[in-house]
Amino acid sequence: MKFGVVRFPGSCDEVDALMACRRFAEAELLWHGDTDLQGIDAVVVPGGFSYGDYLRVGAIARFSPLMESVIEFAHEGGPVLGICNGFQVLCEAGLLPGALLPNDSLRFVCRQVDVIVENTDTPFTRACAAGDRLSIPVKHTTGRYYAPEGTLPDEQVVLRYAPGHNPNGSMDDVAGVCNEGGNVMGLMPHPEHAVDLLTGSADGGRLFESLAMVPA
Amino acid sequence: MRARVLIRPKAGILDPQGQAVERALPALGFEGVANVHVGRLIELDVEDASEVPQMCERLLANPLIEDYEVVELKEEAA
Repeated sequence: MKFGVVRFPGSCDEVDALMACRRFAEAELLWHGDTDLQGIDAVVVPGGFSYGDYLRVGAIARFSPLMESVIEFAHEGGPVLGICNGFQVLCEAGLLPGALLPNDSLRFVCRQVDVIVENTDTPFTRACAAGDRLSIPVKHTTGRYYAPEGTLPDEQVVLRYAPGHNPNGSMDDVAGVCNEGGNVMGLMPHPEHAVDLLTGSADGGRLFESLAMVPA
Repeated sequence: MRARVLIRPKAGILDPQGQAVERALPALGFEGVANVHVGRLIELDVEDASEVPQMCERLLANPLIEDYEVVELKEEAA
């Protein structure tokens, strides 16, 4: 089992994501300008400010050469996890429903939040039990999830902010969603920053652990 | 041909930028201001203006959350 972690110009969490993946399996970086996915089994699109987030968050990164390969990989059923800016990129790419809007506070938020696991029937949450409460940090300015009415079936809500923990005004406290096939997931919290008790929580590791359970 | 693209948050989606501006104006003594919304303006020279709506659909706007309006201008940029 090998993870590929995408590096765009402007990514800033790709090394933490790489280290988080390596706790559970092999992992290597994938460069945005390449098109070869190097035979990896799962893709992580990390956080940061890909292509400067010019125009709109994730709007330009979505057209990078590597993303065309990631989109094809996803359409073939390959697991793809987008974290924060990676979530925004996957929404822009049309791999996930909805979009991310500026936080209702218009402020950058950076704090530990609790999220509830709503759906364990995904490659990203199979190591969790339904209703598990995970403590994971958020750090973003554009994290208010919105999907037009009727475009997000309830079973595609994978994670919800615990009551009182919604940091950005996301609709229905949605923190993480998956596509219809269940093989693409995006979330605003940063599980790669919560893989060691030294930094407060190891709960984020559960997502990478789940992915590593995918047969190679 | 010079084109101007006006991009606005879709009606019904919370627009905290517009709300912040709306609250700021009365503080400066401007009364009677309502329904403030903040969007983006993109201007571009194009050979074929008929392609601009496709540019909006694919890149310039996100039709899930934004409405766009294309205005054709007479003069190209100097």
